[in-house]
Amino acid sequence: MLTGIIILVIFIIVVGVIVGMYNRLVRLRNQVKNAWAQIDVQLKRRHDLIPNLVETAKGYMKHERETLDSVTQARGKAQKANTVGDKSQAEQELSRALNEFSLVVENYPDLKANVNFMQIQEELTSTENKIAFSRQAYNDAVLFINNQIQMFPSNIIAGMFNFTQSEYFEIQDEKEREVPKVNFS
Amino acid sequence: MWELIRANQRKSAMLTFMMGIVLLAMGYVIAEYYYSGGGFFGVILAVVIWLILLLSAFSGGNALLLGVSGAKEVTRHEQPMLYNVVEEIKLAAQLPAMPRIYVIPTKAMNAFATGRKPENSTVAVTAGLLATLNRDELQGVIAHEMAHIHNRDILYMTYAGVMLGAIVLMSELFLRGLWFSGGRRSSRSSSSSGQLGLILMVVAIVMAILAPILAQILYFSISRKREYLADATAVRFTRYPEGLASALAKLSHSNIPMEKANKVTAPMYISAPWIAKGKSFTQLSSTHPPIEKRIQILRSMGSNASLPEYQSAYKFILKGKGGDLLPESALKESNFIQAKKGGDVDKAQPFSDKDKARVAGDIIRSMAGFVFINCACGLKIKVPPDYKGDKITCPRCGTMQAISH
Repeated sequence: MLTGIIILVIFIIVVGVIVGMYNRLVRLRNQVKNAWAQIDVQLKRRHDLIPNLVETAKGYMKHERETLDSVTQARGKAQKANTVGDKSQAEQELSRALNEFSLVVENYPDLKANVNFMQIQEELTSTENKIAFSRQAYNDAVLFINNQIQMFPSNIIAGMFNFTQSEYFEIQDEKEREVPKVNFS
Repeated sequence: MWELIRANQRKSAMLTFMMGIVLLAMGYVIAEYYYSGGGFFGVILAVVIWLILLLSAFSGGNALLLGVSGAKEVTRHEQPMLYNVVEEIKLAAQLPAMPRIYVIPTKAMNAFATGRKPENSTVAVTAGLLATLNRDELQGVIAHEMAHIHNRDILYMTYAGVMLGAIVLMSELFLRGLWFSGGRRSSRSSSSSGQLGLILMVVAIVMAILAPILAQILYFSISRKREYLADATAVRFTRYPEGLASALAKLSHSNIPMEKANKVTAPMYISAPWIAKGKSFTQLSSTHPPIEKRIQILRSMGSNASLPEYQSAYKFILKGKGGDLLPESALKESNFIQAKKGGDVDKAQPFSDKDKARVAGDIIRSMAGFVFINCACGLKIKVPPDYKGDKITCPRCGTMQAISH
């Protein structure tokens, strides 16, 4: 009788722990999904802004076909990318093309003063900031779930219910960022 | 980041508790002084005063502050850059909701945040600030304000402010009562209770004089620490110390005071809303740390935008005088966050003071309902809201312009 109760109690505890771990994994997975949705909205927004940008710039930049084409091409590629890894690669290329574009814009003061262009630029800058800031939240969430999936004992539950590791959204550019000057004055 | 909030909530509770004890003790001693045996009544009176102040602070807080400063809510359409910047920081701070955005029609440069819960918060900036700061600087200021929201500083400072107010009120009541009654005890004073009465009187007077001073010093020192912490958190959000530093430098050069700020609303602003002429505000009784120190700390952070890096810069600049800024547990977070490389802060100085005043004036006018028309001759015609008719003659070139409302 007593052993029966003990076995029952242990059984209940074990089931409780398993259910707890499973629920935690589900919650983390939803967090990752939610954080990714935040980035995805911004990426789409950036794709939507680019045709407008190119169209406005065309009128002023007659001799910069190549730069404009490379932006359009990079956008097309980024739109086709599906997985997180592919997307971070393609978006990085798009960022690079846009950077090159904004360097060229410096030579066209008329374009820079165009109200329409200024509006698109502001939206683009903001969208890029939003991508950068929501990337932090996404990568944090990925770190949490990947830890749970790899570590004992939650790795057993993760294996049983097919929880897969998530990919980080990386931007390699950060390594190229230069160090600002230190000023003690 | 969550550690900071939790530590703040713990401190809020501690502070409320400590100041509460001081308040109750004051109530007891003072009542005991007037009527021996009436100490209990004094404690109840103290609690009632505290509750009334707390209720009034919690009911009308936001509306009061915004009403006092004459702020007006703006939409994404009216101020796209401001709206975008707030939205960016909302993402960086992972706030649950978008704060409402207000513009205060004054040429002075300042900003503040209100809202005890992040779900229901407000940021406000002055027209002068919008006209003067570039995008990166504006982002720094907004990040500082939203750091106050994120760190639950507004709730914390409301508690502290209410406690301070209750203590000041109690001691004021007592000292005035003492003045008018000439210090006479209205209870039957016999020779045996005379000595006790004298001791009680001394204790009561000392408490009535010291408690408000101590509470004020405590309050101001907490307020200054919250400012440094908001700077640290802001940099953690934007990853760009120079943006905020440069904005603060511009703020410190501005010499237009906020007309409608007062002592109660002061801790909510990004820089102290009174501009010290000479030295009207000393170190101890200031809600904000010296702006030069804040700039120096931000500029010595280099390429690391993490909280621990801010703390070490803080200790270096203040030579350890300020003590620790962060709770131990908050230092555990990643201690390297790459700062963004130099933006357009240095080269962007396109405005003269006159231009800035004009841009700020335009923002204020458009908030008041003015309509702007760009005439072909280059003049910007400003049509006041009470102008009747749908055509106006350009005062410079004399052409007729249609007004589209």
